[in-house]
Amino acid sequence: MHSYPRWKFWLIAAVLVVSAMASLPNITSVPSWWPASLSKPMSLGLDLKGGIHLVLDVDVDKAVARSVEEDIDSARQVLRKAKILYRKLASEGLSLQLTIKKTEDVAEAEKLLKDEFNNYDAAPAINNVITLTLKPAIADETRKFAVDQAIEVIRGRIDALGTTEPVIVKQGSHRILVQIPGYEDSAHAKELIGRTAQLEFKLVDEKGDLQKALNGDIPPGDIVMYGPQKVKGNPDSAQPYLLKKRTELSGTEVSDARVSIDSRFNEYAVTLKFNSKGSRQFDRLTAAHVGERFAIILEGVVNSAPVIRERISGGSAQITGSFSPAEAHDLAIILRAGALPAPVKVVEERSIGPSLGQDSIDQGMNSIIIGAIFVLIFMGVYYKVFGLVANVALIFNMLLIVAAMSMIGGTLTLPGIAGIVLTIGMAVDANVLIFERIREELFLGKTPLAAIDGGYDKAFSTIVDANITTLIAAIVLFQFGTGPVKGFAVTLSVGILASMFTAITVTRAIVAASTERQGRIEKLSI
Amino acid sequence: MQIIRPDINLDFIGKRKIAMFISALMILISLGMLAVKGLNFGIDFTGGTLVEVKFNKAPSIADVRNAISPKGYGNAVIQEFGSPEEILIRVQNREGEKSSDISTAILGGLNESFTAAAVEMRRVEFVGPQVGEELTRAGIMAVLIAMVAILLYVTVRFEFRFALGADAALLHDITIVLGLFAITGKEFTLPVIAALLTVIGYSLNDTIVVFDRIRENFAANRKRKTPEDEAIVVNNSINQTLARTLMTSFTTLLVVAALFFLGGEVIHDFAFALIMGILVGTYSSIYIASPVMMSLAGRFKGDEEAIKEMEARP
Repeated sequence: MHSYPRWKFWLIAAVLVVSAMASLPNITSVPSWWPASLSKPMSLGLDLKGGIHLVLDVDVDKAVARSVEEDIDSARQVLRKAKILYRKLASEGLSLQLTIKKTEDVAEAEKLLKDEFNNYDAAPAINNVITLTLKPAIADETRKFAVDQAIEVIRGRIDALGTTEPVIVKQGSHRILVQIPGYEDSAHAKELIGRTAQLEFKLVDEKGDLQKALNGDIPPGDIVMYGPQKVKGNPDSAQPYLLKKRTELSGTEVSDARVSIDSRFNEYAVTLKFNSKGSRQFDRLTAAHVGERFAIILEGVVNSAPVIRERISGGSAQITGSFSPAEAHDLAIILRAGALPAPVKVVEERSIGPSLGQDSIDQGMNSIIIGAIFVLIFMGVYYKVFGLVANVALIFNMLLIVAAMSMIGGTLTLPGIAGIVLTIGMAVDANVLIFERIREELFLGKTPLAAIDGGYDKAFSTIVDANITTLIAAIVLFQFGTGPVKGFAVTLSVGILASMFTAITVTRAIVAASTERQGRIEKLSI
Repeated sequence: MQIIRPDINLDFIGKRKIAMFISALMILISLGMLAVKGLNFGIDFTGGTLVEVKFNKAPSIADVRNAISPKGYGNAVIQEFGSPEEILIRVQNREGEKSSDISTAILGGLNESFTAAAVEMRRVEFVGPQVGEELTRAGIMAVLIAMVAILLYVTVRFEFRFALGADAALLHDITIVLGLFAITGKEFTLPVIAALLTVIGYSLNDTIVVFDRIRENFAANRKRKTPEDEAIVVNNSINQTLARTLMTSFTTLLVVAALFFLGGEVIHDFAFALIMGILVGTYSSIYIASPVMMSLAGRFKGDEEAIKEMEARP
């Protein structure tokens, strides 16, 4: 037998010590002097510890359309300043359409707008209509920003639930993954996350004729909006309002929102505090329109339209509306966290109750233990002493998987547990290959030591080839899989890599260590 | 203990016609069932809502249906899941409905009829229609890419005809496992795709071991000239690796059986796919991969050079 290099023993010993240390945090808490990189336990996936898993789709095109819409105001100001008369200013998707009244003004308007709106591409005017189209790069930027902003807003709302370690990350270009471990009330979470919380203040058009407007004759610059439906499902029960289209103040100016009790009716309300810019705007608005009504619009529904009795300079406002305490609480949370820049929609949900998670852990552990016991017994019976050596390697292998998963911060899922179970069965494959080869060599009449050498050497390339193909499948699975299935790919890959080390290097070392001291071996227990 | 002795010599190649016939029959049945009955796709692919609840005492399916009917889901698929106390409710997505609220409505209906204390939410899954399409595409892509990657790897390590033999075995295995899902009507879910990919990896693992031995024996046996010589070498190689093939399949089956019986309902179909895949994969690595590889001898340009080059390798 070749003499077995000393350094390999040391390598194995080092790997053993490190993996034992890295596995320990999964069983018990470790002292503070323990190396930081070895102090993390494996994290459990949501399917094992229970919790809410949502994938949200952000309607990014709405965010872009909204920003284009807002630019109508700037266009109006530019034209007014230059005293250019216009007939109609409108937006459609990515473009602004500005209809100029007099043909002789068109050239000047074009020049002005080109200078002011460098985010837009201008097309030559046709019939006095100037079309400005948002540059694709800017539109992309707006989309990206909308998702990032939505993540921040949602984070604020979820943090208010007071759960530990929620995950809120971008997925792809316009999706957001939300995971709230240990939280069960999926309906409440969806409700809280899904609300746009768009808050707007608009003036009521006191001079306009609401009745005419309802018949389709809406005065220019006005809009009809409705209050809440008094009878659910009956649109006629909602009170209509004729409002000025222009938004005087929006939820972005809100710095704080708290649940309060409305002193007049003794019901729950939400008190808003504006930031300094909002306070100034609110001050100006109320000063200029005493005696008129302003409408508070929450998510497109007119919440109330109180009369401005006097100038309000304190920078706070109150929203009432016969809320239950829970409703008021949720409203305060979403107003505080801010509005979503665009509507979001739940496109995928996988929520697990805590009892199912615990059941899965128990059943998974049972499968691992029973499966391992079967394999250990079988190997011992079938390959005798060599089988026991393979069993040592198998236990080492499992330790390595746990250690590696802990160190790379892997997440253990239910399919991940299945991956470990499968690895137990497949990890002994390398040893089976080697041992069968040794038996063949013995059968061909080689001496025991030569047979061991031959077995290990000849089986080596087979083991590598066979494992690489399984690795290929696992890597593809990791690339294309989602969530828990990814966890399966991870444990399977880690298990395969670990098994190559334990089944080849570790068993060889044990065999070498036990045969070296004996001068001659007559018979192998295989 | 030794069940399969190193000098075992069964005539696998000689029986390849029978094996091919059996395989062709199984594939035909599978394809037929897939065409006629189709797969029972889970909500991962069709989109929809799944609610698993546990009651404190076994309810009747009719009571459950009555509880959710007022919410408009009286036509939901309702079934027991693992034990009589556990109930699985499935609803398809409907056009123009805010689908993520379906689970809320169902749980609400159950809480009203059975009281909140008697009903426990175990699992809620909702897959929107678009996500369903994406997952389907990703699943098909994964299987195809895995097969191409494996084709490339085996071509590089062996020869093109070996790669084709390996892929033929893989297609064989996947078709039959899919056929079994169509026949049993078991739910085809995302984890089952994972199981299929694992079966691909596993079946290949087996095939590679045999191929490796064939390559080794080809190299040691340079004088083979006729197809008959080649058949003998291939048959010997299969016999020499037979012990290993069966042992490994056995240990893997042991653990997967543990998963099947003890792993719980959620993982049940996944384990089923693995068990079937391992059985079929073991069979195909003996009876399909090598015969297909042999039948393709001399069909490809460069085979001779490849053999020479291969033989020159240490």
